[in-house]
Amino acid sequence: MNDRTIVERKSERELVVTRTFNAPARIVFEAWTKPELMKLWWAPKSTGVPLLSCEMDVRSGGMYRLEFGHDAATSSSFFGKYIEVTPPSRLVWTNDESEDAAVTTVTFEEKDGQTLLVLHELYPSKEALDEAIIGMDEGMPEQFGQLDELLVTLSASV
Amino acid sequence: MTARLDASFAALSDATRRGVLEQLGRSDASITELADKFHMTLTGMKKHVGVLEHAGFVTTVKVGRVRTCKLGLRRLEEEAAWIESYRQLWAARFDALDGVVEELKRREKNDE
Repeated sequence: MNDRTIVERKSERELVVTRTFNAPARIVFEAWTKPELMKLWWAPKSTGVPLLSCEMDVRSGGMYRLEFGHDAATSSSFFGKYIEVTPPSRLVWTNDESEDAAVTTVTFEEKDGQTLLVLHELYPSKEALDEAIIGMDEGMPEQFGQLDELLVTLSASV
Repeated sequence: MTARLDASFAALSDATRRGVLEQLGRSDASITELADKFHMTLTGMKKHVGVLEHAGFVTTVKVGRVRTCKLGLRRLEEEAAWIESYRQLWAARFDALDGVVEELKRREKNDE
């Protein structure tokens, strides 16, 4: 069932993730907007990095902050502001941990009791998205794990 | 293939070489320009570019006396591989989210 999640680079500045859920939009929306529910799925075990804390003030202009890591000393945080909150169909937030980060729009479209979720990330420039993908900035040491995987994937395909 | 992996890691283990890749991501550049940019001798920069070229991250073309460097085809493969690893992250999250959604549906049903 893994291939139900689709990721596409739609343009030089846009990345889009889509997935259908077997539930009405109000339920899927709820799981994206309550911190106690986000904690249950945002950092799945397979990623290896637990979510330490999750604060979300889900309303237009409200702030959020997520801390990942094994302890406070080595944690990294992701934070920003909700620009639009329209239950149960649309969420828009900024990612303020970097100047080059995207604005994220998530839409929940219900049809026949199922919900099509589209997560759209709009980067400020082509270079910003290229950089997020290639990851050649100071984030490099952390991303070596990811690079490792990438090279294994490449080697499998050669 | 192990040799290619070794070459990749060796190529990316150096901060200057990562800087060169970042620079070439913005625009092609000659070895002289890269040497200036990174405050290095021409010989030093030629070595770095050689390592990146060997690993497939960079290709170079010599026109007259100027050798121009650009990102190699490898970058496209890298983008595809990154997108796949990003997809796997979201697939893992969404599988966990399926569980949360099922639990919420069950609770809602019990409340009726």
